[in-house]
Amino acid sequence: MTVTAGASEARARPVQIWLIVWASALAGVLVVFLLQDSLPWAVNYPASAIVPVADWVGALMGWIKSNLSWLTRSITAVLGVPLDFALNLLAKNFKIGHGADAYVLPRLSWVGVCAAAFLAGHAAGGRNLGMLVGGCFLYIALFGQWTSAMLTLALISIAVPFCIITGLFAGIWAWRKPWAERLIVSPALDLMQTIPTFAYLIPMLLLFGNSPVSAMIATAIFATPPMVRATMLGLSRVPSEIDDFSEMAGCTARQKLWRVLLPSARPTLMVGVNQVIMLALNMVIIASMIGAGGLGYDVLLALRALKVGEAMEAGLAIVALAIALDRLSQAIAHKQAKGHVHRENSPSFWRRYPNLTLAIAILVVTTLLGLFVPAFAAVPKAITFTTAPLWKAAVSWITINFFDTIEAFRVALILNVLNPLRAFCEGFPWLGAVFLLGLAGYQLSGLRLAALVAALTAFCAVTGLWEKTMATVYLCGISAFIACMIGIPIGLMASRSDRFEKIVTPIIDTLQVLPSFCFIIPVVMLFRVGDVTAMIATVAFAVVPAIRYTNHGIRQVPPALIEAAKVSGCTPRQTFFRVQLPLALPEIMLGVNQTILMALAMIIICAMVGTRDLGQEVFIALSKADSGRGIVAGLAIAFIGIVADRLFNAWTAKARARLG
Amino acid sequence: MSFRSQISKLSMGAVALATLSLLTPSAQAAAPESNDPIKIALFDWTSVNLNAKILGGILEKLGYTVEYPTADYLSSLTTGLTNGDLDVGLEFWDTTAGEAMKASDATGQTERLGKLGPKAKEEWWFPEYMKEKCPGLPNWEALKDPKCAEAFSTAETAPKGRYLGGPVTWEGFDDERVEALKLPFTVIHAGTDAAMFAELDSAYQRKAPIMLWIYSPHWAPAKYKGEWVQFPEYTPKCYNDPKWGVNPDAKYDCGKPHGEIWKYSWSGMKDKWPVAYKVAKAYTIDTDELNKMSGEIDLGGKTPEDVAAAWIAAHEADWKAWAQ
Repeated sequence: MTVTAGASEARARPVQIWLIVWASALAGVLVVFLLQDSLPWAVNYPASAIVPVADWVGALMGWIKSNLSWLTRSITAVLGVPLDFALNLLAKNFKIGHGADAYVLPRLSWVGVCAAAFLAGHAAGGRNLGMLVGGCFLYIALFGQWTSAMLTLALISIAVPFCIITGLFAGIWAWRKPWAERLIVSPALDLMQTIPTFAYLIPMLLLFGNSPVSAMIATAIFATPPMVRATMLGLSRVPSEIDDFSEMAGCTARQKLWRVLLPSARPTLMVGVNQVIMLALNMVIIASMIGAGGLGYDVLLALRALKVGEAMEAGLAIVALAIALDRLSQAIAHKQAKGHVHRENSPSFWRRYPNLTLAIAILVVTTLLGLFVPAFAAVPKAITFTTAPLWKAAVSWITINFFDTIEAFRVALILNVLNPLRAFCEGFPWLGAVFLLGLAGYQLSGLRLAALVAALTAFCAVTGLWEKTMATVYLCGISAFIACMIGIPIGLMASRSDRFEKIVTPIIDTLQVLPSFCFIIPVVMLFRVGDVTAMIATVAFAVVPAIRYTNHGIRQVPPALIEAAKVSGCTPRQTFFRVQLPLALPEIMLGVNQTILMALAMIIICAMVGTRDLGQEVFIALSKADSGRGIVAGLAIAFIGIVADRLFNAWTAKARARLG
Repeated sequence: MSFRSQISKLSMGAVALATLSLLTPSAQAAAPESNDPIKIALFDWTSVNLNAKILGGILEKLGYTVEYPTADYLSSLTTGLTNGDLDVGLEFWDTTAGEAMKASDATGQTERLGKLGPKAKEEWWFPEYMKEKCPGLPNWEALKDPKCAEAFSTAETAPKGRYLGGPVTWEGFDDERVEALKLPFTVIHAGTDAAMFAELDSAYQRKAPIMLWIYSPHWAPAKYKGEWVQFPEYTPKCYNDPKWGVNPDAKYDCGKPHGEIWKYSWSGMKDKWPVAYKVAKAYTIDTDELNKMSGEIDLGGKTPEDVAAAWIAAHEADWKAWAQ
């Protein structure tokens, strides 16, 4: 009895101390805010003391461009070889010779590619998968998106292996050398995943030129990190018995890695591959701005001409491509995880790889047929159809009938919630924010986190971006909050009903890969340009992880525990609140964390509907071709994400430790 | 550099190399001085892409290989066009790309190929039905009337009117203009012009008030009925000298500049493809014709390639003369 009392007292005391510390810290910040006339430098960072990091980065870029462009251009040329081949094979035709009398070798026939897609699905996951994958390709063809979709596919089919190989080697290196992981790989991954791609488009253009290769490299920077992480995770999870056994069997270090460890880590690696494909598809719009073309460019072009329906169709073609590749890669991963099927040791290629042979045969035959029958070479216009007028009509109908209601809602939201919040955030003293966040870091983890958080926050201020940083925090904060408020309940419902889950899953899959551009413009029609539109688009994108992780977390609770709860007489309500929810909490928190990062990723897109924050800063830098300015603003965005991520993780770790 | 060109030769593929030697020597005949592809930039609006396809089509007829990389409008002037990643860009508007063109000229690695022909016009624009609520329009002084401004207001700008300006990256000076002309309006910046026209489309369908920045040549003035506000005529002095104009203490007390649309090329084009360079330099197009063709694409649903091919067929004499 006395022991527990003493323990609870000991636990209570630090809590009270922290309460006092926080109260006085907040009071201090309030004083600074009220005294801003005499201490203006503590509220708004003085313009005279801004550190010109942007100029330094710009100068560095200039130096690299003039001294190293022979190297970067050689890289472009080397990578251009396979990329051009893929582009020609799938989309553009091979031209041999020049000008009007060039001889043209045709691209693969669309009929053949659809059939090959069917066969690939069939081989990996049976007839249903075959129908799905083949159906997705047929959908693309019938909606008249074939050439663009194949441009995109060609880019992906070269970029993805490139990402996988780079990611694999980086992951192995980091796994072998812990110092490399801590000092180089881990921070680099964080930055690659949080700096918006737009921020480094200009350096890409300068170094690698306005070509599909730059687009591919930009895609790779964004899409490689999951592969690196999956490699590190997979290798560290290989059971030590397997490791020991390979030693005993006398493997050399190289044999051990390639023949034992990597194959054992295959399931995790395949998760990484799947993520790489998805992220690469996410990039197609941005890649189209620096020379990639394809579906992303179609979306951009259609929206510039306000063809909402056409943009939607191009966007849905991206979704179809994503679904096909996602299901296919997942099925392959699943199949390999089950282990190798013993293959007939038959000498003939045909017997060993019936599907592959058949696919190649069909491709060759249909492509050759395409030389004589034009319907095989290009999708004939007569069989394509479009739903574009339908989309347009739907948007118009909503506009005409519901605008007034929507407008009243929008005005109320902006006047009563958004504007005051924005004013609060933008007026927040930078010194106070650095101090408070540092304090939070210290409480949650210790001096190291405190120093990191304070330094990253200070960076945003000393580069002169404080107001825009806080505007970003405001928009992301409120969007992430709303996304969680919507997403977590939906996730909970989905976890309790299989039918509901079946409805939700395709919707969130679509939301994740459908380019946000597609729906941001119709939203403008209803909500005008400005923060509300930006918020809605952000919520629609960021709600996905909140739903997914919550659903997954609850479903992962071991059935034995639920059974135990039932046996001990819990009502369903009690089981849910006392057993399932606490056990799923870490996973849900991870979802919240991801939601925040996703909201941050949308900042750039939101700048396209007139927000005034770091996203806009990146855009201005892009149009002025100012690489320094863009990178600094990108870093500021990344730092917001890293600060939020670290504090959140520390808090979750602490909460988990308390839960036991 | 030689390494790069070797690789680019390789990039044509092994098959290409093998068959190339068997092919006709006529490929190396007079017109194309180099078989490297001429890269004509595509941006994200219709008329520029149409122009690109027309010029590209002509060059192809002359025997050149042409590629159409997609690029970003403003930054291409100081990136792609300076190093030959892009060889030609066909529409750079005085009105939105003035600063960027100055920066590009300063690099010395690009060349202004002259005017495209059509004149760029940009100004505050309102739909016709707004004249009932604000009868003094299109004269700008009508906007000073608080009642008129209120007719253009929304809840968060009231009683001031709401003016939807272009993206901040365009050089619009609308905040300054509102200040200088003492207009009771709030300037809201759209992030992209797609967003701007989305708002216009929505307002137009509902006959709701809207005042926004519209430019021409563009499909919007053809599709929606309306007028440009008539501000005091622009002169360079208005933007540089506060004393000029109705407000003696402020610059920008006038309308937006009308301007030319310029063609740009990479400076190396002149030596690499002299004939193509001559054609690109001579290439011009008529404003009405361009508007009509843009409409055929945006509103009529034709492809830019078809429209371009029709133009090339109809103007064969013209472009043959350019190549001489």
